[in-house]
Amino acid sequence: MSIDLGMPSLGTHGVPRLPQDAPAQTKKDFTSDQEVRWCPGCGDYAILAAVQGFLPTLGLKRENIVFISGIGCSSRFPYYLDTYGMHSIHGRAPAIATGLATSRDDLSVWVVTGDGDALSIGGNHLIHALRRNVNLKILLFNNRIYGLTKGQYSPTSQPGIITKSSPAGSVDGVFNPVSLALGAGATFVARTMDSDRKHLTATLEAAARHRGASFVEIYQNCPIFNDGAFQVLKDRDQAQARILHVNDKEQVRAGENHALVWGANGELQVVGTTGLDESRIIVHDAQADNPATAFAIAQLDGPDMAHVPMGIFRSVSKPTYDDQVRSQVAGAVAANGGPADDDDIAALLAGRDTWTVS
Amino acid sequence: MSVKQVQQLDRVIIRFAGDSGDGMQLTGDRFTSETAALGNDLSTLPNFPAEIRAPQGTLPGVSSFQLHFADHDVLTPGDGPDVLVAMNPAALKANLRDLRRGGTIIADSDQFSKRSLAKVGYSANPLEDGSLESWHVHSLPLTSVTVEALADFGLTRKEKERAKNMFALGLLSWLYSRPLEGTRAFLKSKFAKKPEVLEANLTALTAGYHYGETSEDFTVHFEVAPAPMAPGRYRNITGNVATAYGLVTAAHRSGLPLVLGSYPITPASDILHTLSNLKRYGVTTLQAEDEIAGAGIALGAAFAGALGVTSTSGPGLALKAEMIGLAVSVELPMVIIDVQRGGPSTGLPTKTEQADLLQAMYGRNGEAPVAIIAPSTPTDCFTMAMEAVRIATTYRTPVILLSDGYLANGSEPWRIPDVADLPAIDVQFATEPNAVAADGTPDFQPYLRDPQTLARPWAIPGTPGLEHRLGGIEKADGTGDISYDPDNHDKMTRLRADKIAGIEVPDLEVDDPSGSAELLVLGWGSTFGPISAAARQLRQSGLQVATTHLKYLNPMPANTGAVLRRYRRVLVPEMNMGQLSLLLRGTYLVDVHSYTAVRGQPFASAELVDVIGAQLGDLDAVAGLDDLDTSNGTPTSSNGVARDHAVASS
Repeated sequence: MSIDLGMPSLGTHGVPRLPQDAPAQTKKDFTSDQEVRWCPGCGDYAILAAVQGFLPTLGLKRENIVFISGIGCSSRFPYYLDTYGMHSIHGRAPAIATGLATSRDDLSVWVVTGDGDALSIGGNHLIHALRRNVNLKILLFNNRIYGLTKGQYSPTSQPGIITKSSPAGSVDGVFNPVSLALGAGATFVARTMDSDRKHLTATLEAAARHRGASFVEIYQNCPIFNDGAFQVLKDRDQAQARILHVNDKEQVRAGENHALVWGANGELQVVGTTGLDESRIIVHDAQADNPATAFAIAQLDGPDMAHVPMGIFRSVSKPTYDDQVRSQVAGAVAANGGPADDDDIAALLAGRDTWTVS
Repeated sequence: MSVKQVQQLDRVIIRFAGDSGDGMQLTGDRFTSETAALGNDLSTLPNFPAEIRAPQGTLPGVSSFQLHFADHDVLTPGDGPDVLVAMNPAALKANLRDLRRGGTIIADSDQFSKRSLAKVGYSANPLEDGSLESWHVHSLPLTSVTVEALADFGLTRKEKERAKNMFALGLLSWLYSRPLEGTRAFLKSKFAKKPEVLEANLTALTAGYHYGETSEDFTVHFEVAPAPMAPGRYRNITGNVATAYGLVTAAHRSGLPLVLGSYPITPASDILHTLSNLKRYGVTTLQAEDEIAGAGIALGAAFAGALGVTSTSGPGLALKAEMIGLAVSVELPMVIIDVQRGGPSTGLPTKTEQADLLQAMYGRNGEAPVAIIAPSTPTDCFTMAMEAVRIATTYRTPVILLSDGYLANGSEPWRIPDVADLPAIDVQFATEPNAVAADGTPDFQPYLRDPQTLARPWAIPGTPGLEHRLGGIEKADGTGDISYDPDNHDKMTRLRADKIAGIEVPDLEVDDPSGSAELLVLGWGSTFGPISAAARQLRQSGLQVATTHLKYLNPMPANTGAVLRRYRRVLVPEMNMGQLSLLLRGTYLVDVHSYTAVRGQPFASAELVDVIGAQLGDLDAVAGLDDLDTSNGTPTSSNGVARDHAVASS
């Protein structure tokens, strides 16, 4: 029943663009009149600034961009952007965004969520949006704590963390969001950090370019309830050795002196590069159909943050859910000679078995 | 071949009963179709187990299909059958108590083996031990004659046996003079790719018909004349299909694409199935990961400017509650179909009940009023689904349509409406700023309301200049900015309530032929048929009773209070523990009398004849005691009325 509509390969395909001669948009165009009310020092400010700075570069009509969020500190995000938006209910943003993105092919739909919203109460919707490959850009602000409810542990909080709801230390297992997304079959998976504006912007660009579900985990500092959770990655000296840069077709390296290789035991190892045979250094293939290596790299992340992979773990092209749903409907409509008219509806209502009373 | 005697009947109720795998639903459907084609009025009641295939030959595995057809207007599928077709001992045992004395049993004697009898607790064969002497029993070897008729086919014995339902259908078609052409055409299309199975079924069908003609077991056959019906083109339709078609037609009339987000649940799934097949009409269906997502998809679609719909049953409505609350807050149109079933929890998934009324009314946090409407018959599901869309789009509100298992699976003839005659649904999206900002520039205020409907503008993404943010946090009146202002919250709460209360719905119509009835029977939803049938019967015995039916539960029609007060007593029968009664008492301070039953089956009209009769008797008794009469009626228990005061019913 479906017809080949020539499945688009660009994330923003179909979204109306500004005319060539229109004045360039600026950050100001994307700034709403609402007062931003995050705590002083919150990582969300940096992300908001990055997004407001980045959106104009897409060249899209502002009215065709929609941000959907759930509940939590991060989910206030849509209020501060002068686009269409909905601040919805806890965990359900991917479901609402799926309805929106499937109903309209001319919208750029973004989901803003947090570690509690996306991975705890909304875990189900997240994995299904990813496995369906809905053309959504999902930004998960991970601060490893519940902020809005004032400091309980989240699904990404470190084991043993002492919080109001875990006075003896949390005994919960921890989700690695990147591993989770890869496991759910996500076609675009990346990790970046609030404080690295350049990397954050580049990652958002790649996510926007991707046709399908883009999952971006953004490490974000909560200065009130989990301050310094990512401090070792922000300290320039320490970060050098800790952050493993994962980029398509590039060697996976940490700073100047460390790189990723397959060890003798068949497992990934970060080793010193002094005297290392360069050909042993793993060149990341984000476009590999099999996400096994990407998953293995994601698993290097541990509680001690000795090696934290950042970058684009996976970026593969697959048909999207919304494109296929629209294609089936458009195909059925076209096969029947265009949109239904009154006669078609009359034929539907009558069905095959009728009789007439005169 | 002798020509057998033909007897005219005015109405017949047949129940086909067999094992879940015996094809009784199909047999019933086909017989219904033949009956419809003949021009009888009819009403059907399928009844099947929650298990897909309960152990063969057991009581829980019995599946049945009841059909009431007549030469006059039919209001219900009938209380008990006149004719029971029992394909095995379990089917006989499970259904015998409903069969009226003097009725007919047609049983497949081949299936009454010792083992099968023992399985359902028969120590002796009821077909032979005289225990069925109150009924006419036709004990026929249906299985073996079917196999015999198919002797020339290269099918296994098991395959041949499977055609016995068609043999039974052929026999019943002869017995009640039904034409076979429709069923033949149906089989040809169903088994187009299996020519041998097709031939076997056609042969069994014809053999069954001839068996009736030739067997000495049957000396008489029957005719039921066509019912007088308004001129027009008719079809038979179930409530679920009518609901789906109502939605599609409303989408067409409003120019909105229909987007359904749904999670499979009995007895609502057929709405999802039906709509999934209607892509050609621009219908999009998304099978969601759960009930919440189904509602979320509908709301997302509504934000996008589509007609967002979600369909479910009671447990699903519970899960959708928070999303519906969000829809109340963001004031977007959304249609929620709840095909009610027995509860609580999983309850009776395949049986009917009306116990979600208060959940629909109040099952959300905060003050979260929504519109609630309920169809009264399977065909009314079409009209009320269109109404749901009209109200949702006009008032930008969630609308809950309360169907139920009885309406969903039951069917009746439907006069196919002329599409052009159906109400147009005029939907206007906002395209321009509607206010002026402090600095004098044009501004868009997403919560600036239409003074008439109190609806806020529906501004969809893609509309330049109207960018805005919706959300579940309280909105400032007009601007829609986040507001924690106490007075604003009070105002917004009242505005939302006023908007729902102000929805225009038609007045209650009272059926009171004598004009002097003192008792009003008020129903809602699927109790329309049994209440009307009971009232008709009582009026025929010279008693006076008024009836009315609430199709709009929130808001209720403007004249509801006046109607309630016009009668000395109001009786409210419901398939729950008195939910509408509670609402009526609380809203109108009229102490209605509640009659309730939650057996998973629709009311029998005879039962309501007794109940209404008892109320009439009680009113007569009370009338003698002037000083006990109060304007609000006499308080009584809400647990129903005594049945032993029942007047005689025919």
